[in-house]
Formats: sequence, structure tokens, C-alpha cells
Amino acid sequence: MKNIWTVLKKEVKRFFSDKRTAFASIVLPGLLIYFIYSLMGSAIEDLFAPEEGYQPAVYAVNMPDGMEDVFKNMGIDAKYTLITASEADAKKQEISGGEADILLVFPEDFMRKIEEYDPESGLAAPQVEIYFNSAETESQNAYILFESALNAFESSLSNRFDINAGGGIYDLATKEDIAGKMFSMMLPFLIIIFLVSSSMAFAMESVAGEKERGTIGTILITPIKRWELAVGKILGTGCLSLLSALSSFLGIVLSLPKLMGTESSGVEMNVYGAQHYLLILLIMLVSVLIIVAGMMLLSAFAKNMKEANMYTMPFMIICMVIGLSGMLLSGKNLPLGIYFIPLFNSIQAMSAILSFNINGAAIAITIVSDIVYFGVMIWLLTVMFNNEKIMFKKD
Amino acid sequence: MKAIEVKNLKKTFTLSAKQRAAKKTKEKLLVAVDGLSFEAEKGEIYGLLGPNGAGKTTTLRMISTLIKPDEGDIFIEGVDLKKSPDECRKKLGFLTSDLKPDEQFTPDYLFGFLSALHGVPGETAAKRKKELFERFGIDKFAQTKIANLSTGMKQKVSIAISLAHDPEIIIFDEPTNGLDVLTAKTVTDFLTELKEQGKCILLSTHIFSLVEKICDRVGIIINGRMVADGSLKELTAEKNIEDLFFDIYKREVGEE
Repeated sequence: MKNIWTVLKKEVKRFFSDKRTAFASIVLPGLLIYFIYSLMGSAIEDLFAPEEGYQPAVYAVNMPDGMEDVFKNMGIDAKYTLITASEADAKKQEISGGEADILLVFPEDFMRKIEEYDPESGLAAPQVEIYFNSAETESQNAYILFESALNAFESSLSNRFDINAGGGIYDLATKEDIAGKMFSMMLPFLIIIFLVSSSMAFAMESVAGEKERGTIGTILITPIKRWELAVGKILGTGCLSLLSALSSFLGIVLSLPKLMGTESSGVEMNVYGAQHYLLILLIMLVSVLIIVAGMMLLSAFAKNMKEANMYTMPFMIICMVIGLSGMLLSGKNLPLGIYFIPLFNSIQAMSAILSFNINGAAIAITIVSDIVYFGVMIWLLTVMFNNEKIMFKKD
Repeated sequence: MKAIEVKNLKKTFTLSAKQRAAKKTKEKLLVAVDGLSFEAEKGEIYGLLGPNGAGKTTTLRMISTLIKPDEGDIFIEGVDLKKSPDECRKKLGFLTSDLKPDEQFTPDYLFGFLSALHGVPGETAAKRKKELFERFGIDKFAQTKIANLSTGMKQKVSIAISLAHDPEIIIFDEPTNGLDVLTAKTVTDFLTELKEQGKCILLSTHIFSLVEKICDRVGIIINGRMVADGSLKELTAEKNIEDLFFDIYKREVGEE
């Protein structure tokens, strides 16, 4: 145990001995993620949200009397200019150039035509054309408003029944459901990405770096047991990776509501309790051990850091693909057997925790099986430290 | 009791396609060390002399427990290395010129780290560190990161940390390789001091002047075989070590 602690301390100390590296690897990722995601969220919101109090400039051809009131009753506040059919082309140009927002073209005698129209006649229904510019936020928003208003108007013509017209609350999803759905899809993937990317540099340095410098020989000639060296290195590197990933996790948790526009839509992050965060931390802990050990095993084959980078890259890609399963399988009922698959189990377990579908057996299988895999990986790394061809090969 | 006893040591490597191409051979196996035997006593410096690829480094790595021999026996102060590698490791110090100490650490930290792994008690380690750091002039830079030290100072740090546990047997692979003349002299003087302290030093080199200056016994290795082994006095009775080496080399390999 003393030797494990000595090696673990060295791995951590190596990293903290350079304040700039420590700042860049632990504090900076979280800060950057927070600021970048928050900025992105604000920018996206600004991009798609109409300016407050903005009245779309609407040009209309053959707009029936009373239609303006119909739109007004549907909550659309716009400036209408009635034009003739011959002026329509000029307005289309203005819309294309971003000078006008929208052009509504009704057929002549629109109200009479729709009254006379028999859907069973097989003839084409009267058409309303809406010209807009999807590259312009205001024009796009105006299109969405008028398209849905006209659809509602069309439905009201038959008026046999209404849907959700009583003004009550019909969406019965709780805050937990809404937050759970969103975060269970996004966060597990992001957490795995953070764990993998933060582990990569630390794990490569810990094994391939020692080989490149020749210091692995100096350590292996001491009476330390190879398994002690393996455990010390994995735990030390795991601590660093976990710290770095936690910083990123914090950054994403704080900035995600902004990024997803949930602040304005009322979705809240504070729906999770301490038990959820603790379980996530536990899953992150066992996942980081698997990831670090995997990276170290691959790095052990490399002669130097450059080669290690090459060997660990496919592993990173595999982890990312596994990470995507959280998005694809979120909310699905999965058999317990899949929780024996390393990393995939972590993704699914985190997804279940975040969507409030905690399954004790699944989480227990995830943690126990990951610990077993970790043990196997320690054994493999020990074998590799004992293997002179792997440790001291030149070509 | 001999400090180092090597009996009929043999090591064969499998060559990769890349290595076969570099060596221009179709042979898949390379006999790096072929039935090597020699002994070294306490209080002497034994020099393994040979050209590149002769098997010097492989031999030293086998003695230092880093790689395992295919055949043969190694005894460190009478302890069978195969049976008790950990016990042997406590008695051995190994240094190679390829070693580049981790630049993120200070000499002070690295010394403490290796002392701890060797199981040296804190007080003993502190005393040893003081001695070695003063001897090599590292004391002024003990808290300076290795990255900020000169090449010579880095090499001195490598020596100091490799000897943190005060081993009785010290193995140096090309100890003065790539060193400037001043650092090289410090190292050779230190080797002589260690010998005077009763340590056994086994070094590999291809520098004849170094052998003549500090070695008591010499073994010449060519193609993994020991082709000459004896005291420096005996071997150089008729001609200097350089001439002797080339005569033997010509005889064994047939070219110069």
C-alpha cells in the first residue's frame, strides 16, 4: 500500500507541480465550457428570438375584410399593407433583400371560394401563398405565426370540435420529466467525452512518457511490485482525470440551461437531489478507472508519446460512439445484461439516473462489473510491466 | 563471496521485420548474449568493453533485473536473481545514459520518490541526499525543476537519484556518453570514490581511455560472447587496451 501511495502521489504531484498545466487542465475546461456554452446559448436565443415589440411588416394581396381581425384575435400584432397582384413581384424582391418580412397572397374572392369549395369534388382547394425569407429571423418568425394562424383558421371553418381550447394546462409533464428527458440525452455523452479527453493526456504521460524518458527502468529496478505500480499509476491518473472531468461537468451543468434555451422555457436544473449527483459521481468514478486503465494499456505498447497518441485515438473514437448510445437509447427499457458491457453500462446508468428511472440492480451491476474489469485491467497492466518486450522494445 | 557472478548467460531476441531490414538479415532470431560468464568483486570496477550491438546493454539489463535471461544464472552477493529478484534489486543501482529525469520535478522530490520506492527510511534518505547532492553540487539546485538545469547537472541528478538507496553494486551503462568533459570527469572521479568505498561497479563502455583510467578488470564482448576477460594489468601486459581490442575484433569478426 505504501508503494501505491508513493506512486499515486507522484502522478498527482507531477501534474500540480506546474501551476499553468494544472490551471489549463482542471480549472480552464470548466470555465471555458461555461462561458462558451453560455455565449452560444445567448447567441442562439438572440438569433431566433424576435426583437421585443417588433411588428412584422406584412404585405397582402386580396386579403379578405376581417382577416386582419382574425389574425389579431390569434395574438398576431403586425403592420398590414394591402397591395395589388401586380406589386407582388416587387415585394418578393424586398423580402429576398430583407427589407420586408412577409407577403400573403390570397386568391380573389377568397371567402366565397372557400365557402363554395367541396372537398369531395376532387378539385384543388383555394391556395394561400406565404412568401418569406428563412435566412431572416423576423421573416422566418412571421412565417411560423401566419402559417399556424391560417392553419387554425382553416380548421375553424369546419369547427366540429376543438383541441385543448379550454385554456387549461394540458402538458402533464413535470419539471423533472422535462429536465430528465433533456439531460439524460445530453449529459452522459458529454461526461464520457470529458472523461476520455481528460484521461488521454494523463494516461499517455504516465506510461508512454516514462518509457520515452527511460525512467520506467529506474522505477522497475526498485523493489516495487508491478501490480503496485499499475494500481498507483491508474489511481493517480484517475484522480486527475476525474478532477478535470468534474470541472467540465460543472461547467456544462451551469451552462446547459442557457445553451438549451431552458432558462426562457422554464426548464430547471435544480430538480436533481444530492443522491442523483452522488450516483453520477460514483458512475463517473468507476468509468474513469476503466478509461484510464484502457488508455494506459494502449500507451504501454507505445515507445513514446507520439506513438501512444496514435494508439489511443481509436479507443477515444470507440468511447465517443458508445457515448452516443445514451442519446439513441435514452428512455428505452433495456435488459439488465447490457449493464455488463463496460462504458456502455455507465452511459445507460447515468441516463437512467438523470431521467429519474433509477434501477438499483442496473447500477449495482454497472459498478460491480466495472470494478471487476478494472481488476482485470490492473492484472493486464502488471503483465505488461513485467513484459520486457513491451517495456523495452526499440522497434 | 563475489559481488556479481554471471554464469553461461544467454539471451535471444526475435527480430521484427523492420529490425531484419535494418540489419540486412533474414534471420528471425538474434543471439544478443551467447553463453556469457564473468565475475566482479567488491571494491573493483569491472568494465564491459565492446562495439555497438555487442550485447553489453542486454547483459547489464539482465543483471539489473529489467529483462530475464533465456539461460544461465546471475548471483548478486550470492543471491540467485531468478529466485529472489526483489532482494537483488535492493542491492543494485542501475543507471543508463538514456535516462532523462522527469523535467516537471525537482531533484529533491525525485530523490525522495526513489528513496521511498527502495524503502529507505526518511532520516537515512535525508542524510544520503545531503551527501550526494553536496558531492555533485546539486544542493544549490535541489528545489529547481529539472527542466531548468543544464545537461550536465541533469546527468548528475540521474546518478544521485539512481544511488538513493546506497546500493552495494552499481551498474552504469555508458556512464559518460554525451557528457561534456567537466561532467565526465566528475562522473569518473565519483566511480573511483565508489570503488574506494568498497562498492562493486560494473560499467559498459566503448571508450578505451575510460577503461584504462578506472577499470580494474575488463571483459571484451563481441557478438554476445566474452572473448577476453581478465585484470587490466594482465590484458594490457603486451599492448594497450585499444590495440588489444582491435586485434581481438579482427580475429573474431574478420574486419575493422
